Amino acid sequence: MGKLRRMLVDASHPMTHETPPSSPVEDLRAGFIQILPLTIACVPFGLILGANAAAKGLSVIEVTLMSALVFAGSAQFVAIDLWQDPAPWAALGLTVLLVNLRHVLMGASLAGKLDRFGTLGRSIAVFFMADEIWAVAERRAIERGLTPAFYLGAAAPLYLNWLVTTTIGAAVGALVADPRALGFDFAFTAVFIGLVAGFWKGRSSLPVVVASAAAAIAVRHAVPGGWFVVAGALAGIGVAALRAGDAETGGGKAVLRAEADRSSTP
Amino acid sequence: MSLDPATLLAILAMAAATYLTRVAGLVFARYIPATGRVRAALDALPTAVLVAVIAPAASAGPAEIVATALTVLAATRLPVLGVVAVGVGSVVVMRALVE
Repeated sequence: MGKLRRMLVDASHPMTHETPPSSPVEDLRAGFIQILPLTIACVPFGLILGANAAAKGLSVIEVTLMSALVFAGSAQFVAIDLWQDPAPWAALGLTVLLVNLRHVLMGASLAGKLDRFGTLGRSIAVFFMADEIWAVAERRAIERGLTPAFYLGAAAPLYLNWLVTTTIGAAVGALVADPRALGFDFAFTAVFIGLVAGFWKGRSSLPVVVASAAAAIAVRHAVPGGWFVVAGALAGIGVAALRAGDAETGGGKAVLRAEADRSSTP
Repeated sequence: MSLDPATLLAILAMAAATYLTRVAGLVFARYIPATGRVRAALDALPTAVLVAVIAPAASAGPAEIVATALTVLAATRLPVLGVVAVGVGSVVVMRALVE
């Protein structure tokens, strides 16, 4: 997690690609190695998501199709939580949009690091931009430069693992009498706590966390649907914006600064 | 093996929504300001959203609250696999104790 934190801080500096280029095979392998622990951490999460989906009445093929086309763990988790029969497609689509709004920022950050990808390659790469893949891609971009081979090496294992584990979860979910007793449901929360730790910027992050959590919990109890994610996100960024007025942020911690600088000098 | 039309429509809506958020960053990267309140808000966005997504589940009951505290502690010193192990292990133990 320390590395990820350093990566976010370092993102303010112009990228340097001084390291000699590695071969596509080496890059593929490096991507695989870096995504491996995160892939393993997602196994219980995929199983429980599949089991939850089956419990809500989705067939195995529907779960597989959802994982293949959506590929967004937290959004799928929240959507399954809200699932009804027949599926309220507009409400589910909106909920997923809200939960995934953070990807706009993540994609903007990654955009300037995809200079070795073609237009089509970029369009394909962002389809696979789950939190975990984004994180290792950002780190690689700063350390050595991001190549399509590395991205493929990182994206393929997590994607295939997600298809397989959610499908297995849906197929055998009914066999696990009580997934809660195994704590599987909490694996999702734990993965996200680990991801938050990666974005931690010291004490200035604490008010954001407190505001976001308080608003999300309050709205979750009061309003049905995915609005609690929006409420929590708005409360958190609202606090950050207010505090930025008190003390100049310095901008050094900005994830996107390098990209913003680049685009301001065409 | 069945594919319900309403479910298929929901999956396609979810897929479209997700791809929209992921591709939008490529388009909007140049318009994001480098300093000021907007910048600070955007910097805080990943943390704010991740916390908002899990906050209700993390505070669902006494067992979850204690497990969350232990998981946060683990996140300050362990890699993500260790964090997940501590989280899952502690919630199982705490639920056995309080439920």
